[in-house]
Amino acid sequence: MNSIYFCSKLCNTIKLLPLVTTKCATTNFMEHIVIIGNGISGVSAARHIRKLSDKRITLVSAESDHFFSRTALMYVYMGHMKFEHTKPYEDWFWKKNRIELKNGFVVDIATATSMLHFADGETMRYDKLIIATGSKPNKFGWPGQNLNGVQGLYTKQDLENLETYAPNNKVCKHAVIVGGGLIGVELAEMLHSRHIPVTFLVRESSFWNGVLPTGESEMINKEIISNGIDLRLSSNLKEIVSDDHGKVKSIIIEETGEEISCDLVGLTAGVSPNIDFLINSNIKTNRGVLVNRNLETNIPNIYAIGDCAEQSKAIGNRRPIEAVWYTGRMMGETVAQTICDNKLEYKPGHWFNSAKFFDIEYQTYGWVFAQRGRPDYEKHFHWMHSKNKICITIAYHKDTHLFLGINTFGIRMRHEFFDKVLTDKQPVEYVLEHLSDANFDPEFYKLYEKEIVMQFNSENTTNIQIKKKSWKRIFQTN
Amino acid sequence: MKTIQNIGLALFLVGLAIFTALIFLGKYQVTPENLDELVNNKGIKSELFINSMTTNIVGKTFSNPFSFSSEVRTVLESANEMHKNNSEWDKVIWDKPHSFSYQIAKQSGSGLIKENKGLFWWLTFGIGILGALMYIIPNVVIKGPPGIKNNGIWFNTATNRGWIGWFAFIFLVGFYLLLYFRPDYIVNWTYVVDPISKNLSGNLASQWFLYGFLYCTVMTVMAVRMYIKYRHNKYQILRTTSVLFFQIIFAFLIPEILVRFEKPWYDFKNAFPLDYDFFFSWNLDQLIASGGLGLFILVWGVVLTLVIVPVMVYFFGKRWYCSWVCGCGGLAETLGDPYRQLSDKSLIAWKFERWIVHGVLVFAIIMTGFTLYTYFSGTDAVLGIKTQSIQDMYGFLIGSIFAGVIGTGFYPIFGNRVWCRFGCPLAAYLGIVQRFKSRFRITTNGGQCISCGNCSTYCEQGIDVRAYAQKGENIVRSSCVGCGICSAVCPRGVLKLENGPEKGRINPTEILLGNDVDLMDLVNQK
Repeated sequence: MNSIYFCSKLCNTIKLLPLVTTKCATTNFMEHIVIIGNGISGVSAARHIRKLSDKRITLVSAESDHFFSRTALMYVYMGHMKFEHTKPYEDWFWKKNRIELKNGFVVDIATATSMLHFADGETMRYDKLIIATGSKPNKFGWPGQNLNGVQGLYTKQDLENLETYAPNNKVCKHAVIVGGGLIGVELAEMLHSRHIPVTFLVRESSFWNGVLPTGESEMINKEIISNGIDLRLSSNLKEIVSDDHGKVKSIIIEETGEEISCDLVGLTAGVSPNIDFLINSNIKTNRGVLVNRNLETNIPNIYAIGDCAEQSKAIGNRRPIEAVWYTGRMMGETVAQTICDNKLEYKPGHWFNSAKFFDIEYQTYGWVFAQRGRPDYEKHFHWMHSKNKICITIAYHKDTHLFLGINTFGIRMRHEFFDKVLTDKQPVEYVLEHLSDANFDPEFYKLYEKEIVMQFNSENTTNIQIKKKSWKRIFQTN
Repeated sequence: MKTIQNIGLALFLVGLAIFTALIFLGKYQVTPENLDELVNNKGIKSELFINSMTTNIVGKTFSNPFSFSSEVRTVLESANEMHKNNSEWDKVIWDKPHSFSYQIAKQSGSGLIKENKGLFWWLTFGIGILGALMYIIPNVVIKGPPGIKNNGIWFNTATNRGWIGWFAFIFLVGFYLLLYFRPDYIVNWTYVVDPISKNLSGNLASQWFLYGFLYCTVMTVMAVRMYIKYRHNKYQILRTTSVLFFQIIFAFLIPEILVRFEKPWYDFKNAFPLDYDFFFSWNLDQLIASGGLGLFILVWGVVLTLVIVPVMVYFFGKRWYCSWVCGCGGLAETLGDPYRQLSDKSLIAWKFERWIVHGVLVFAIIMTGFTLYTYFSGTDAVLGIKTQSIQDMYGFLIGSIFAGVIGTGFYPIFGNRVWCRFGCPLAAYLGIVQRFKSRFRITTNGGQCISCGNCSTYCEQGIDVRAYAQKGENIVRSSCVGCGICSAVCPRGVLKLENGPEKGRINPTEILLGNDVDLMDLVNQK
């Protein structure tokens, strides 16, 4: 069956592509690339392999038939979008680009025979395998963590569960979120949109202060509270209590012993690589699948990318595992080159990220460290608007004034501008002089560059003058 | 707050119900004086018609507009038929039957509404406006602090093609059908705005005055909604103010005041070919006969289309017209805003769009070519096709059905820019300029896109914005009207509408900013 399909596929392809070079036809024409996971990493890899070659590509997923944007699940629950809208490509896209889709759950990889084993007993042979299985929500062994109504927010199934356990504030009279990160605040916003009262347990003394400097972290605390969320800082979960039917009834806080009754518990204390199915294989893992800079695992022809990959040696200031949309995409772009005979190291450029905390947009370029773990040489300049929820923090070297990074809240900034500044190793003064070029807010928005630079000048007794916005510089046209 | 909203909704529905019910109220009675006036005004030479009117209609009381209209049309048509059979061409009355019947009905109506115009204005417009505002304004509190609050849009049957949406669709389509094709049924509506019309132009209200007034009212009320919804976004505030200004001043007040001074009715911002009858002989004749102002309008109309429009599109994109000035755009951006997510984003829809909208542009140009040829040569047919019939066909298919019935009636089903996207010949023209010679683009912010799809979902023109943004590519599309909502709903600050140098405006990328510099160079430089 499989071989017949294989054959007809081959013939079809040859008919369609009469000009394929002999090299392709003889050596790797029908090499079968299997990608486990159809998230942004796997799909980026598949798309780029297709652009570069005519290899047979199969995308395997047990989560959904088609690629969707995980980051948009919150908008489906909030009624901004339908699930259909989260799919970046129309359903015909995959067939047209000859990317085969396989709905199945891989339980084992037999590396010796290059064979995948599925939960339903089926098998699939691969020539090259890319593991892109993403993450799963962390569970730290809390009593009751597997009860009904206890869940993370990561998969399509999580969204469906949320519709079951928290469709409205009658079924779900109260919800508790455990873990103060980006997913936690998203889940709080989601539940808030359906008028479900939320208690938000955060281990740290201020929201996300392991990442954000103090002032910014405090501004987000305020934003969360002003949206009616019961934010509990320095609070840990002790246990989740069950009702008679195996569903969550309440939670108990470690520090105070307080019991809060609830119908939903959101576990959002970070994620870890989703690689349980590799336990019996001989692919080397630590917390994630260990890879070298070429994204290769210890087994030839098996690669790992995205959230589930762990760099054997961290790259620069980056963590060995980065569960971020952009890095997943970048690894996909890179591994495609390697697989198509252009062996490349994964060399992510300057760090950047973004998020939204209720109504406050956040962007970051380069490195701005929080209180904890900040290098001695890193100096911060912090500007905050007197009334509106707008602030920026610029990190720079206290001696050389080298610009290190920027956090912006409520102001949009240009990625290209900061990428170039970081590459060119410009000093902080350069950034301040050119803040008008960096601004990416919609037209007619009030600009704060003058205020910002004035404050910097008065704090540092400098005399930096803002340069007028220049299209020439922005678009680097000469 | 919720209570105020509910009372508001109830009041609005009462106003709407009374407005609808007006059609069925009142009486129609033609007096001999009415008939004389009509005969004199229209220069009617058909004794058959006059006699038949006198025996069958004059003095009789009709209790609804439908039977009245039916009687008048019967008289008109039977007289016309007789004259045509006898080749008495000068006696034939060439008016459209329903328009003709409207003119008689307007004079001969009587009863409650005609006697209490002010009262009924308050019972319809007044209550409707008050109710709508009571529904809209509490959202300042209910929807929470300023920011994008699209919560529940896809759960609401009014905005997700649910039953309220379909009901609104039927209502709007019905309204446009009456307005364009059965004006004699809605005479009562025009009475309600007679006093306002009298004050402005000195004339009684026609159905077009009613439409203009209603248009401005709806836009104003729904602009309040826009001001609240996007109070954090200055681009949206200014844009809404701009379309409102151009609608009320340019499309409504100035033309009516021109009429008061016995000048031709003209909307100075309405550019050909959207203003498709600008070159029709009756319009040219009227302009030429109106002295200095008429000639100015003639020159202005030509310069507007040939110079001002494309030059402005070069500098600012077609948004300067479609989202800042145009009346159709103005209605779409106010009344239509709740429906923007319903536009079809599929590739196939884009294909249809390009064929249809450019087809209409070609149609408009050919029709105008025929018109001008006929005007200057004096022959009434080109290549065996009558200019009059091609004009009538355009007016019916595009001017009425497409722009009105489909263009606005289909808001709750296909989104708020159906006309602008699929039908408007001016939009097609501006789009060609925007695509090939303009400084406007929507810049994508490096590699920041997370493919969430809010931008595509809320694009009223059905552009799959995400398809570009997730590739780090700027959005340069002929159909983009620059409403700025994609940029507003983006949770990651990825999109910015801006006018910059043409060089590098279209920037296809394969590998996005943030990745290996060598890889970006390798793949992107082709």
